[in-house]
Amino acid sequence: MKKWNLVIDVAKCFGCNACAVACHDEYYDNDFPGYSASMSKHGQRWIDILQREKGQVPMVEVAYLPVTCNHCDDAPCVKAAKDGAITKRSDGIVIIDPVKAKGQRQLVGACPYGAIYWNEEQQLPQAWPFDAHLLDQGWTRTRASQVCPTQAIRTVHAEDEDMRKMIAEEKLEVLHPEYKTQPRVYYKNLDRYFKAFVGGSVAGVIDGVTECVEGARVRLHRGERMIGETRSDAYGDFKFQSLEENSGAYRVEIADPRFATKAVEVKLGQSTYLGTISMSGASAAAVRH
Amino acid sequence: MTIASVKFSALLYGMLLAIRLQALRYPHFRKHLKEKSFTCQIRTFDGSAGRSFTFRDGIVSSRSGVDSAAQVCISVASAELGTRLFVPWVDQLDRIEAMKNFDFKADGPDEFIVWFTQTMMMIRSVGWESGTKMRDGTTRYVTNTNGGPLFVYVKDGKVVRLTPLEFDETDAEPWTIHARGKSFTPPRQTTAATHSLCGKTTLYSPDRLLYPMKRVDFDPKGARNQKNRGISGYERISWDEALAIVSGEIKRCKTQYGQGAIMANHGSHHNWGNIGYYISSAYKFFNAIGTTRVVHNPDSWEGWYWGAMHHFGYSMRLGQTETYSTVEDLMKEAEMVVFWAADPEATSGSYSAFEGTIRRMWLHELGIEVVHIDPYLNHTAALHGGKWFAPKPGTDTAMAMAIAHVWITEGLYDKKFVAERSLGFEVWRDYILGKEDGVPKTPEWQEAETGIPAKDVRVLARRWGTKKTYLGAGGWGNGHGGACRSATGIQWARSLACLLAMQGMGRPGVNYGHLQWGTPVDLHFYFPGYADGGMSGDIENTGMPISLYQRMPQLPTFNPSTQKVPRLQIPEAILEGKAEGYPWNGKTIESQFQKFSYPAPGHSPIRMLYKYGGASIGTMTQTNRYVHAYRTEKLDFVVSQSIWFEGETKFADVILPACTQFERWDISEFGGTGGYALHGQTQMNHRVVLMQHKCIEPLGESKSDFQIFEALASRLGLGAYFSEGMSEIDWVKRLFDSSDLPKHISWKEFLKKGYFVVPPLPEDRRDPVSLRWFYEGRKKDVPEPHPLPGDYGEEFMKGLQTQSGKFEFECSSLKRFDPDDPERPPIVKYLRSWEGPGTELYGRFPLQLVSPHSRFSYHTLSDGKDSSINDIKEHRVLVNGHYYWVLRMNGQDAAERGIKQHDLVKIHNDRGAVVCAAHLTQRLPRGVVHAYESSACYEPLGEPGYSVDRGGCINQLTSKRSIAKKVTGTAANSCLVQVVLWDGSTRLEGAAGESSSATTAARTAARTEADKHPAMAK
Repeated sequence: MKKWNLVIDVAKCFGCNACAVACHDEYYDNDFPGYSASMSKHGQRWIDILQREKGQVPMVEVAYLPVTCNHCDDAPCVKAAKDGAITKRSDGIVIIDPVKAKGQRQLVGACPYGAIYWNEEQQLPQAWPFDAHLLDQGWTRTRASQVCPTQAIRTVHAEDEDMRKMIAEEKLEVLHPEYKTQPRVYYKNLDRYFKAFVGGSVAGVIDGVTECVEGARVRLHRGERMIGETRSDAYGDFKFQSLEENSGAYRVEIADPRFATKAVEVKLGQSTYLGTISMSGASAAAVRH
Repeated sequence: MTIASVKFSALLYGMLLAIRLQALRYPHFRKHLKEKSFTCQIRTFDGSAGRSFTFRDGIVSSRSGVDSAAQVCISVASAELGTRLFVPWVDQLDRIEAMKNFDFKADGPDEFIVWFTQTMMMIRSVGWESGTKMRDGTTRYVTNTNGGPLFVYVKDGKVVRLTPLEFDETDAEPWTIHARGKSFTPPRQTTAATHSLCGKTTLYSPDRLLYPMKRVDFDPKGARNQKNRGISGYERISWDEALAIVSGEIKRCKTQYGQGAIMANHGSHHNWGNIGYYISSAYKFFNAIGTTRVVHNPDSWEGWYWGAMHHFGYSMRLGQTETYSTVEDLMKEAEMVVFWAADPEATSGSYSAFEGTIRRMWLHELGIEVVHIDPYLNHTAALHGGKWFAPKPGTDTAMAMAIAHVWITEGLYDKKFVAERSLGFEVWRDYILGKEDGVPKTPEWQEAETGIPAKDVRVLARRWGTKKTYLGAGGWGNGHGGACRSATGIQWARSLACLLAMQGMGRPGVNYGHLQWGTPVDLHFYFPGYADGGMSGDIENTGMPISLYQRMPQLPTFNPSTQKVPRLQIPEAILEGKAEGYPWNGKTIESQFQKFSYPAPGHSPIRMLYKYGGASIGTMTQTNRYVHAYRTEKLDFVVSQSIWFEGETKFADVILPACTQFERWDISEFGGTGGYALHGQTQMNHRVVLMQHKCIEPLGESKSDFQIFEALASRLGLGAYFSEGMSEIDWVKRLFDSSDLPKHISWKEFLKKGYFVVPPLPEDRRDPVSLRWFYEGRKKDVPEPHPLPGDYGEEFMKGLQTQSGKFEFECSSLKRFDPDDPERPPIVKYLRSWEGPGTELYGRFPLQLVSPHSRFSYHTLSDGKDSSINDIKEHRVLVNGHYYWVLRMNGQDAAERGIKQHDLVKIHNDRGAVVCAAHLTQRLPRGVVHAYESSACYEPLGEPGYSVDRGGCINQLTSKRSIAKKVTGTAANSCLVQVVLWDGSTRLEGAAGESSSATTAARTAARTEADKHPAMAK
């Protein structure tokens, strides 16, 4: 049978918070018996957006990561719940029963993703119920999908097999696969949030004037191994993406026939902008001429 | 008896039957009939025909003939006229003509007249049905907001949810653009801004004003205690008392002081609609009572209006060019887009929700290169990537001139266009090359000003000069906001205009825009924008005379007072009794030169302020001034008509509680502004005309703005004049009838469904591309009725609005006005900001503050008020139980000051101090800090106006100085500040903290009151 999934493209999220606010609109001050009790007015973002910046002025990237209940197929919260307070529906949605779950504070800690909030007034653990009450009435997508201006959040109703194909074709990932909970919330371009870059700007004196060096060959080395190659753009800028943070020493080697080849060492913590790298001296090839 | 008399008598009898029938059918109408007890007579002047209607405890009795004892007498000149005026299908022009010719009169107390005529209208409207019943037991209504239309799901009189509109199968299919082998079609829905999606929390906000209130120590007949404004608390009063005080003060001020004594000031944009919004019912009321007018500066257009306009005209767009079909042209032709001080992903073109966002996502698919120039790595840059340039605030002009220098020296511009379509290029060229002042404006020269490496500017210039490039300036793409609101805003807009002229504006792929304006929607379908005046009758200060007045004839209104105050100088006008300014008037280029002064000859000084909405402290400049102005004895009386108990509302003597647009009837179009933003609907992917349903009853005792004005007008004998005897829903119907809607959808269906999607034109009938006509030397062919016919130099529709009809690098209009004005010379020159690096203040205040329009609120709308927006950490941060405004600063600048993420910091200068939560970022270069303007909260920690604010009103720090001497414009983005860790101090340093009346008691009182809630005043 068809089941519900959420597919989030991290590269398309720009933190407009429409999904988070629509989620608040739906659940605050509304009770949907069998699905959810009113969420707290403040501080509970059942759909939350994490944000981080990468790099330094003027090479900076901003990445946003929408996070919510993952509706895991092997959900630890279901196991941790007493009296069957959390159930996995056959369509994939995980529901925390707003009556049975009352007082079960242990459920907050049961979620490795931290997606379950504790509602102090109601003494109730709560998470985003995938707008199940709307889908059950014929809605075809979640409110988050409906309000997303860039279509970064897609609600996918599909057979598990079709979902597997989509995962392969679109290179979808889940958050923390090592938790082994089999989430139904998938991500595209997750590197944009979790991985680091190394970038820089290449400049050199050409005809007596300092200019951006376009088209320089830039290679990234890790130990003896070359792991990336690119060309500097019109502004002399280059960038290597998808590197592990805190992954240690790299060497950036810049070659342009007009200048001597230059190498810059970098110890990668967070994303790093190497600044302007000034090329100088004639290259070996030029000298031979 | 004539046939006409018989018909008229029968008609009146029919009215009686209709009242009784509707009373039988509708309990609501029965209840309404119980509201008043009186007798109304309808008759011909000569008494030859007539009928009286007596209402007593909900029972209606009636007699044929003349009843001289009736309290209300409505009379018509003849029975024949009566037969035309008393039918449901009355021709509005007939009605208006009859009133203007004194052939149709009403005598008696306004309260009864208006009630009677509205009741007669209600016979028709009482049976109207609205909304769509949904499966879950909710009813789905529709409304429209500053951030897009919404479906409003209501159950048991309570709003359950708000969503954008999803179109159904009967709605029109959208347009498709074919570009570079691909097809692009927008989704079949509307988008909604985040500040609209939170609307339920502002609707049900604990800060809603639910009852009329009076300051506890204000006595209109005794001690007024004006100095306690902003300090004292409030007590609940009845509507009757509130209306009596306000109408009494209006009469008193007019009779005691004379014309001009009442100043009316509306905020902008806390509401939406063509009837109940400010350029409609508020204008009508303010004109009707006679008020000193507050003249707004062109606040988001500054540099374009005061500067760029002189190069190319477009006064009717306040100095921004036409934008027709630029989306398609950009997608098909352009190779690069330069976003300059442009953050459409944050500001959403003001009213267009996220409509443009999906189109800019197409840039990626089309492989179009983008560049961003902004001191802040804004949200558009963050989403779309591309090269980011961060010039020091206020220096962009130097960068633009260096680009021109490269183009001139390397021949990278459209020489044919410049030769044939422009004037004065040589003069400007010589300036750029340094022939005039010995300083060539080279990339190296600009580096010292902007901090941008010369090599990078050279590359940008060469790419721009060789690729077909769209210039996306400001939030709309053709200007608006950003760098134009600074001390160097005029130069900036002018220099950008010159750059685009050098590249041949109107050439395929070369124009203004960044896909925000210029979609191929059908602009030939008529539906008025809100700035077209609605029911205002104001044919002087709205767009009404162009189309709406003919289509919706109404009683005209004129303000008898010619006294005007520049909005940015309200405090000086009140406190010092003097102000002068230059107007915001787009009729011609020269309109802006007409200097005006306050007080106007023979007019009274301002003694009363009628404040409609409240945003001054968050949105004006150096706003402790406004606080001081409120707390003076020179103002006898302040009434605030507001929805929420916001920062500025707390300075009123009497508060009239208005309701939100969810609680009243209105009609409007998505982003339909009209007026100076004609055809703003091209920001939208679909033209959508909206019924604004009255989704729920007004909360508490709040009333719609229309009803408040009507109630006051009735106490001044102006009720019938104000309302024309109609209620809001009748005006809505009247506006519906005046538009092209009835050609496509019945009133019944529109009222029920709540919206209509205007079908786009077929692909082969789309409007021509903006300025292509000018580029190609043809007559103007876009559907823009500007400039005025008399403003063409040679031949109607030929050339631009400038004196020469050409693009003028050297501006004739400025030459005529003042060729020696150093701030605005005939050619654009570079002049450093009067507040910035190198100025005297820089030593003590070494950080440049930029304060753009906020991303998550709309002006003060949706900020504060305990709305769900406050939980967005980018908007406010919760520290020790208080939601603080966010100040962004470079991580190294912060580290030097010992500031860590979300530390409470005091941002201050000689004008004020605000406590904010610090957000450390790499999105700003060193030396620049960023905080949005427009906080709705003003929370002084001591005496108002003389103490540190923790509400977040950043504009306390910005300078009151106008951009230039001979213009009236805000330069809010030229502001020097210092930021330190907040030590808990509450007093302003130096002179700013010294109040002549400051007493410990007042400060203590202020602090105590700040913690109290308006609801406590019940």
